[in-house]
Amino acid sequence: MCLGVPGRIVAIDGLVAVVDFWGMRREVRLELVDQSVAVGDYILNHVGYAIRRIPESDIQGTLDLYEQLLREAGGGDLMAADVRAELAASERQRVDGKNNGR
Amino acid sequence: MAGDPLKFRDPARARALTSALERVTADIGREVSVMHVCGSHEQAIARFGLRATFPKDLNVIMGPGCPVCITDVPEIDEAIALARQGVHIATYGDMLRVPGSSRSLADAQAEGGRIHVVYSIRQALDLARTLQDQVVFFATGFETTAVTTAAVILGEVPGNFSVLSAHKYIPPVMEIVAEMPGTRVEGFLAAGHAAAITGWGIFEAFVKEHDIPVVVAGFEPLDILAGLLRLVELVRDGDRVVVNAFPRCVTRDGNLRAQDQLWKVFRPIGGRWRGIAHVPNGNLRLRDEWAHVDARKRFRIDLATVWDQAPPTLAHQCICGDIMAGISSPNDCPLFGHACLPDSPVGACMVSSEGTCRIWHQYGGGGPNLSTYGAMCEVRR
Repeated sequence: MCLGVPGRIVAIDGLVAVVDFWGMRREVRLELVDQSVAVGDYILNHVGYAIRRIPESDIQGTLDLYEQLLREAGGGDLMAADVRAELAASERQRVDGKNNGR
Repeated sequence: MAGDPLKFRDPARARALTSALERVTADIGREVSVMHVCGSHEQAIARFGLRATFPKDLNVIMGPGCPVCITDVPEIDEAIALARQGVHIATYGDMLRVPGSSRSLADAQAEGGRIHVVYSIRQALDLARTLQDQVVFFATGFETTAVTTAAVILGEVPGNFSVLSAHKYIPPVMEIVAEMPGTRVEGFLAAGHAAAITGWGIFEAFVKEHDIPVVVAGFEPLDILAGLLRLVELVRDGDRVVVNAFPRCVTRDGNLRAQDQLWKVFRPIGGRWRGIAHVPNGNLRLRDEWAHVDARKRFRIDLATVWDQAPPTLAHQCICGDIMAGISSPNDCPLFGHACLPDSPVGACMVSSEGTCRIWHQYGGGGPNLSTYGAMCEVRR
């Protein structure tokens, strides 16, 4: 429940960001994150909220690890299920993905 | 499971870390026990088979780090009592099968209760917007999740929406474990994402007061190995300090914007954590100014209405509490893997994906040092 998954912001509209997680686009809320975030930044998403901006230099290994987990783990795998739940927690994209916002 | 153990992304670094861990533990020359307080840490330790790589004298114990598991029986009963009044209950999926005093929310659902599984509080909010009836979000989880509840309450909330808070706050329970009579825990591995909210500075007073080191660690296998190595080095050297081994996510002050929202909405109060103890300041309840969205204020919740059945007969044999306190391991429980299974859980630790029993049942506990697990505390409470 405290896992959190990283994703890349592709659009921002007010307090809502469209975030790309391994090709899946989800809406993530920005009320909680305390750093300024912009399109192209990576954030840590937890139950539909960005809780932290993550430096890009550190992110690739993390993305690869979770990607491999999602690809290889069976349907019953607890950790993969928790990663999928983090994605399910974010709403499907509703705002316009082309609006690059603030 | 174990058919597809994920590869380390840097096997050479993993080998270097495990051999350094072996060397530093050998320097100490005796058994060392450290505790982590996070279900996601235990998932990674079990999922990636880390425990098998730990030195045999190093015990890495999961403490009370599963928010579903430590949700107390009366809190489950409150949600069931509300469901029996006809209120819609929205909550995280793992909560459904956690036993209350006589039944679970899944049982209440089978009896006609309107229970909805959501992945986030915003989905509960959406549900309230589509319904005329009262919707209560049964809010569980540590500070990492409580901040999202706070953010919603500070926003626009429909009149038929309220929150039943069972949120818990991790730092105070570390004090309980550190003070447990006869505890052999010599260091804590703190959860990185909770610390991303609170900041690592919050552990400085704890370290000073309890004379025990804390290392904040991330969730990838290499993060965990690096965090454990640093922690065991601190134990060896007698350094009572906080070390941040997860700087890409955690700062000293943490996320001040999230903290501001958290403490605007919640106040810490003492209360029981299932199976552990009364934890001073361990429960997060809504402040009085949010009474209008507090389900405990909006509804009359009579727990006696759910006490019409005897408790399940096997429940008294469940040792979840000792497991969460780090005194026993799942293998010490006569029910584990027999009468208590993921499809028919007796205790909360077998329900949640972050529960020790559920994790060990899927991945195995892993490693040769499990037999020493039960020797964690000299004095059983």
